[in-house]
Amino acid sequence: METLFALCIGFLTACGVFLMLRGRTFPVVVGLTMLSYAVNLFIFASGRLNLKGAVVLGTSDNYADPLPQALVLTAIVIGFAMTAFLVILAIRARADLGNDHVDGSMPAPRHAKRERTK
Amino acid sequence: MNVLWILLLPMLGTLVPLLLAKQSRSRNAWGTAAAPALALAILLSTTQSVFSGEVLLQQWQWIPLLGLDLTIRLDGLAYLFSLLILAIGLLIILYARYYLSEQDSMPRFYSFLMLFMTAMLGIVLSGNILQIWLFWELTSISSFLLISFWWHKSEARRGARMALTITGGGGLCLLAAFLLLGNIAGSYQLADILEQGALIQQHSLYPLLLVLFLLGCFTKSAQFPFHFWLPNAMAAPTPVSAYLHSATMVKAGIFLLARFYPALSGTELWFLLVSLTGLTTLLVGAYLALFKHDLKGLLAYSTISHLGLITLLFGLNAPLAAVAGVFHIINHATFKASLFMAAGIIDHESGSRDMRRLNGLWQFMPITATLMMVAAAAMAGVPLLNGFLSKEMFFAETLQQHLLGALSWIIPLLATVAAVFSVAYSLRLIHDVFFNGQPKGLTKTPHEPPRYMRLPVEVLVVLCILVGIAPAMLVGGLLNSAASAVLAGNLPEYSLAIWHGFNLPLLMSAIALAGGVLMYVKRKQLFDFQSALPGVDTLNIFEQLMKQLTRSAEKLYNWIDNGSLQRYMALLLTAFVILAGLPLIQMDALGGGRAEIPIDAVNATGAAMLLISAFATVVWHRKRVVALLMISVVGLMVSIAFTRFSAPDLALTQLSVEVVTIILLMLALFFLPHKTPKQSEPSKVVRDLGLASLVGIIVGSLSYAIMTRPFTTISDFFIANAKTGGGGTNVVNVILVDFRGFDTLGEIAVLGIAALGIFKLLTRIPVFKPSSDGEGRPWARERHPLLLATVAQSILPLALMVSIYIFFRGHNLPGGGFIAGLITAVAIILLYISQGVDWVKARMNIEYQRVVAVGLLIAFMTGLASWLFGRPYLTSWFDYFQLPLFGEIELASAIAFDLGVYVTVVGATLLILASLGKMTTSYRPTHKEQL
Repeated sequence: METLFALCIGFLTACGVFLMLRGRTFPVVVGLTMLSYAVNLFIFASGRLNLKGAVVLGTSDNYADPLPQALVLTAIVIGFAMTAFLVILAIRARADLGNDHVDGSMPAPRHAKRERTK
Repeated sequence: MNVLWILLLPMLGTLVPLLLAKQSRSRNAWGTAAAPALALAILLSTTQSVFSGEVLLQQWQWIPLLGLDLTIRLDGLAYLFSLLILAIGLLIILYARYYLSEQDSMPRFYSFLMLFMTAMLGIVLSGNILQIWLFWELTSISSFLLISFWWHKSEARRGARMALTITGGGGLCLLAAFLLLGNIAGSYQLADILEQGALIQQHSLYPLLLVLFLLGCFTKSAQFPFHFWLPNAMAAPTPVSAYLHSATMVKAGIFLLARFYPALSGTELWFLLVSLTGLTTLLVGAYLALFKHDLKGLLAYSTISHLGLITLLFGLNAPLAAVAGVFHIINHATFKASLFMAAGIIDHESGSRDMRRLNGLWQFMPITATLMMVAAAAMAGVPLLNGFLSKEMFFAETLQQHLLGALSWIIPLLATVAAVFSVAYSLRLIHDVFFNGQPKGLTKTPHEPPRYMRLPVEVLVVLCILVGIAPAMLVGGLLNSAASAVLAGNLPEYSLAIWHGFNLPLLMSAIALAGGVLMYVKRKQLFDFQSALPGVDTLNIFEQLMKQLTRSAEKLYNWIDNGSLQRYMALLLTAFVILAGLPLIQMDALGGGRAEIPIDAVNATGAAMLLISAFATVVWHRKRVVALLMISVVGLMVSIAFTRFSAPDLALTQLSVEVVTIILLMLALFFLPHKTPKQSEPSKVVRDLGLASLVGIIVGSLSYAIMTRPFTTISDFFIANAKTGGGGTNVVNVILVDFRGFDTLGEIAVLGIAALGIFKLLTRIPVFKPSSDGEGRPWARERHPLLLATVAQSILPLALMVSIYIFFRGHNLPGGGFIAGLITAVAIILLYISQGVDWVKARMNIEYQRVVAVGLLIAFMTGLASWLFGRPYLTSWFDYFQLPLFGEIELASAIAFDLGVYVTVVGATLLILASLGKMTTSYRPTHKEQL
């Protein structure tokens, strides 16, 4: 199971990273969401996988590690806030700049790269 | 007497001239002189104990974690330098009183001068090497301020900048060397380091350490090839040149050579580097000095040459050479400071420093001329003056060394050649300025200076003569204690006498004197030869180099920071791949041997769905709505995974966040293009795929490595104390609201800030309403379908009840403020979607910013409440009560905190989604305040 779980984390990471490397804002937001799934699973997995762990005291001797769970719980909520902020930023950028490229402007064609304006 | 005052008095003295700014110039000068005079008195009071070999030590802890203590250490060497700094400093204060004109700001000058004096004393009196470095940098800064004192002159600004760049760069090398030194010796205390010479020299980093150390020393002491800053620093007022650039600051590098002589010297590398640098500087300086037409320029190059001589002495493998080096420090300070001050007098009273115009001044200022002649003779090494004595010792030592094997005889030869030049330029200084015809084109008629302006020169010149005649009596004790500090107590036998019989050094002196006179007589050919050589404008070359450096730095900067987010991310991820990949490669096996859980059908199906939907998200990422649907499946599978692996709290949170996120992104898509155009070149796609795969492989491997390794956790503490200490059986919730409550407070604050930021971003946004979706289809006419509206309305009370239930059971069973808040928010959002903003607004007119604030306030105040009971912030309290009908119930302060979390989450989520949802309505966020 651990192998499969690790495979899933790795694959989600790869998909998220690929999308984050795109040039438009929306795929980057989607990529970031995907990456946060992967990261949350990663942190969660540091408490090891436990199919029948108890979460409430007094129900069993085999407890699931509560600490990574507490960390991930807040990470999920904060992750949502950050995704929201980013996507609203993207909307604002598109409204103000007229395009949805991550750099705020369309890159010039390769042969006519302009000097960076200050 | 407290030796700290020797440092503290001048430090406080920095303020005196500023406080006396309104007073007359003389009062200002006297007031400024008070602090160093007092410090000098304290220093002199320690003479007895220092000369008897005692080391006065005082220590206070400063930053003990960094090994930085405030340590004052007064031994023979520090005594000698402190004496030079304070005594010559006092003479300079007197001299500057008459040198500065009415237009110059005297308080500013004196204040800078005292700052410099403090810094210099700090270097020599520090017993901690980090502390030495601190003051070392302070000398660079105060020297910059002093050189640029006449900042309206371009050459002063440029010279100051150059000096700061060179000595500042050297200072960084020195810091690196000191850090290495402290690391090797295990202490930053000077006393500890000086005892660890053998250990340091055997260390593999010793060569690097030494080179860095010498770079620091050589830049400060203007050694070849860093000598060029010193002549350019001559743009400073002459008191500064006399004080900083001949007597004290340029000796700071040599001071360090002497200070660390016991710890660092003795190796072949030391002697080669130090002696060859010294020899080259000695020759280059002496040669170039002869051709300078500027009085101060000549003296500057002569200073370089003499600094080279002292450096060479510390590079010769002999204790006696070190003694000679210390002796020459004293002598050079006396005659060179007096020469500079005399040059300043000439400049001041005749209006020129150009030796081609200054001629025949003898008739105008005979007393100054006499003084300068004596000092110049001392510089040339004429018998019966102090310069002769140390030069004799220097010659004797060059004859003793065997540095270059069979070629060692070159060193005395070159030393004699340098001495010939030294005699020649000294002769030129005297003959050109005071004789050699009449002055040409001077703007004013030269005359003798005011009485007290000449006094400092007189004092120093008298010292030159007295030391020259009775060396042992006057400076014997001083030299003894300083030299024995340099040599760590192993002082060799030596005698300070004028006459040592007819010997080789005497012959070398005679040759130097005769050769110098001859060279000066025949100078015309030499000058013609020199003027035929292409001139080197060091200032321009240096500035060109600096410009080039700035340009390349800018280029590099623009290359790295080119404004492309994609590139930054690619670079960042590449760095991650390298940094995280290398340790993985070095690991023997990825797996850690922990038994794996067998895969069952449910898990396999779940994983497959997760993988497929993630893959589909990437494949269809150009069709944004499809990608959104796909990623919602991923999120769903993740929350199911949490359920499977015993994390119901996470599953609940993930599920509700998932709903909110997808609604949010759906809404966002209304304002963004629905399709992503194809733009990336194929090569870029390949690069991104490669990079993404590498990152994925590394993260996957890491998680596999973690999961298969044996498990130790600190959670046992939380499990053991959740019930007894926090009063709850749901350990995750107790951690959130109790054990790590302060973290949670921070997290909900971030949530609130993000929501407010979003609200702000959406205000006054130019509205952009697409009339159709991405496929060109118009929007549905029926905005609020009846079925949905009815269902949503009837679900609302149910959902609210569920969320209240989830909230209250959270402390003991899966649930809690976060989850309950999200459920409430989802229910209300459903209402927005099904009924529209107008409908909701009419029934529930709440500003969500206030809700966020109230929530944060509740959580914050709950924490404060524990102060009322004298407990630390956020200490939780709980107890059990018997209520009729209900039975036993538990009341815990953590519930109140969780309520704060709940309210914040509801407020923030609704603020985010409702603000965005209202964008196309008349309720969209606007500025209320006047702009």
